[in-house]
Amino acid sequence: MRPAVRLALWLMALIALLAGLLALAGSFLWADLDATERAALTALVSGRGMLLVVLGVLVLVPFGVLLRQWLVAYPEAVIRLREDVDIIHRAHPEHRVALTGSGDMRRLGEAVNAFAEAHCALQHEVASRIEEANARLEQEKNRLAALMSELSQSVLMCNSEGRILLYNGSACQLLEPHAGGPARAPVGLGRSIFGILDQRLIVHALERIRQRLRQNCQDPAAHFVTARGDYLLRAQMAPLLDHQGEFIGFVLILEDITREVALDSRRDALLQQLTEGTRAGLGNIRAAAETMERFPEMDAGHRLRFGEVISDEAQRLSSHLEQALSRHADLLHPQWLLEDMLATDLLVALQHSFATVGVTARYPSDNDRYPESDESLWLNLDSYSLVQAMTQLMATLADALDIREVTIEVAADGNFARLLIAWEGPAPEPEHLHEWEQRPFRSVAEGPAAASLREVLESHGGEIWCQGDTVAGYSRLCLQLPATRSEAEVPVPARTPGRPVYYDFDLFNQPGQSTELDERPLRELTYTVFDTETTGLAPSEGDEIISIGAVRIVNGRLLMQECFEQLVDPHRPIPRESQLIHGLSPRMLTGQPGIAEVLPLFQRFAEDTVLVAHNAAFDMRFLQLKEAQTGIHFIQPVLDTLLLSALVQPAEGHGLEQIAARLGVKVVGRHTALGDAMVTGHVLLKLIPLLEERGVHTLKQAREASRKSAYAKLEY
Amino acid sequence: MSKTVLIADDEPNIVISLEFLLKQAGYRVVVAHDGQEALEAIRRESPDLVLLDVMLPRLSGFDVCQKIRENPDWRDMRVLMLTAKGREVEVSKGLALGADAYITKPFSTQELLAEIATHLGGK
Repeated sequence: MRPAVRLALWLMALIALLAGLLALAGSFLWADLDATERAALTALVSGRGMLLVVLGVLVLVPFGVLLRQWLVAYPEAVIRLREDVDIIHRAHPEHRVALTGSGDMRRLGEAVNAFAEAHCALQHEVASRIEEANARLEQEKNRLAALMSELSQSVLMCNSEGRILLYNGSACQLLEPHAGGPARAPVGLGRSIFGILDQRLIVHALERIRQRLRQNCQDPAAHFVTARGDYLLRAQMAPLLDHQGEFIGFVLILEDITREVALDSRRDALLQQLTEGTRAGLGNIRAAAETMERFPEMDAGHRLRFGEVISDEAQRLSSHLEQALSRHADLLHPQWLLEDMLATDLLVALQHSFATVGVTARYPSDNDRYPESDESLWLNLDSYSLVQAMTQLMATLADALDIREVTIEVAADGNFARLLIAWEGPAPEPEHLHEWEQRPFRSVAEGPAAASLREVLESHGGEIWCQGDTVAGYSRLCLQLPATRSEAEVPVPARTPGRPVYYDFDLFNQPGQSTELDERPLRELTYTVFDTETTGLAPSEGDEIISIGAVRIVNGRLLMQECFEQLVDPHRPIPRESQLIHGLSPRMLTGQPGIAEVLPLFQRFAEDTVLVAHNAAFDMRFLQLKEAQTGIHFIQPVLDTLLLSALVQPAEGHGLEQIAARLGVKVVGRHTALGDAMVTGHVLLKLIPLLEERGVHTLKQAREASRKSAYAKLEY
Repeated sequence: MSKTVLIADDEPNIVISLEFLLKQAGYRVVVAHDGQEALEAIRRESPDLVLLDVMLPRLSGFDVCQKIRENPDWRDMRVLMLTAKGREVEVSKGLALGADAYITKPFSTQELLAEIATHLGGK
């Protein structure tokens, strides 16, 4: 109520009161007067009515002023104080009460202000503490994320129901489903691990873990090996316990052991070939030799036959050994501590290192770069040790033979790379070279792991020798190392870009999605928001899906990293007018998988979630028409952002772009399936709070309300 | 009458040595080149001792050994298994099937002859 109105009302009430009292007093007086007195009074008053009215009004003025003063001092000051306190409390803690009204009211205001001050300081304190704690938490999370992303192992963390709470990029890559492969779900937050790995294996491993926990086992982790397509995965499963020791989930560490196993079995095969494969032959030789030895006077015929047995078996053994070694040569020298290096890079390293001992190394031609170097000649070596060892040998040679200049080159010879160091003058005596090979390194403290050139050569499977050409007057040192031409260019798997680790620990407390979705709040559901591009608008007349895009919403977060995007070959022509909309030409679609291959993947992706689309009836019609052909039914609940938007704002337009503009969602990549799905996802997130304001909280309420919407009648 | 020894081995290079040595040691020697042939020879000749190679064509040495032990008539027949497979599982399988000894190649002919003599001398 405005103060002026309030004053007028009070004044009016006061006038009414005064007038009432005067009238009462007047009527008592009048009743007490006799006839003459009444006549005298009437005569006195008559003609002076105006004066009486003026006098009455004049009496009211001081009353009005006093009333105004009182109103300002008390009721209004109280109202203002309440409003100010309200602002401080609800909106703006820095706001202070205005000091008005009477002295008492001012003192009250001062007290309130002091309280507000203290409250404000407390709030700041709490806020800064929270901020500090958050920053620490964030830092720890980032450390964890960095650690996890650097792990070559794949890490997955699941709650007790098998829903994924955390995973790293490596897991995502390792467990990526392939078109045409077994229908497995991709890795994603909130997804069930049972859709990704064999359920029986995991249940069995969990059973073992629980058993070990009951037995208070020190190391309750379980291990298992599972095949996934062509890959062999080794899994380690460790339990997650809460502070009371209750089982709340598990960590899975996966490793691709395909290569390891292949290598191991080859090593086994080699070992077997070299042991068991030689037993029979050796037995034959030994028996024949011992027989001949025992009976030296046997006849010539027998002697000849035994001799044949021995040479025959010896030959078989030799070729057997040869075969085994050539087939498995790469297994025989150690793979660790060695790096891949181009042979020409080794030359450069040697050149620099030789310069430090006063020897100038040149390439055969005068160019700075090595001229006809075989760029594909790779070596597998510990370059530090090798360069150090060769430099020490070079220094010794230079001292002994007074060498100041050498030429260095590299040449391929079969499976070997030969490094040639040549100089003018004589070669060292072989026994000197052997001695130098054995000589320990000068500075052991900072030297390489091996103790001498010989050890370095042995660990590399290398050899060294000297040759002198007395006619031409030069000598050269040959270093031979095994080349790894074919294995050098092992493609490094591409790392998935973006945030390396994905987690949502709130999912720890989330019950399974399959149970009674209907009663769950909209905020907590997991959604697959999708969109399709099609050849046209009439699915029943043969129009086909040509692209499906989808994103996931888990715990109210749209997960940009977990999306589905697949072009589909419609196996029919694409009308020009539809090409103008989605920009997909027949050329881009030929060779893509057909709908029968894509739908199983999409079904896995959308498993256990609520499907969401803008104008879902259209997209669902396309999916339903494929049920007979693919045998894939999408039975999960469906929400339509078009209908939901119509519930919230019935009078407005409900095109995706119109809604997005109204709700402040940025539109990117319109008319690509994934782009539209993302926009729809953001729209859904904005719609949920608006729906809640209208009393629509659960999935059931949303579906029922949608059904009643005016737009729900459209059919395709 | 001299004891009969059956050599069941498909490798002529070992058979020649074994045959020569055993003959020199005074045994009567019969040779079979696969498992089936070995069983026939056992039925025909009832040898006192069988030198049985594990890796025989048609019927393996283990199978032959099993058949020998299944027949009560051949209860006293000695079976020495010869093999180029030296794994413990195979040794224990051979002994479990009733072989009297299990000899891994390469072996010393001296020791083999001594082993044969021990097994035959006990009768």
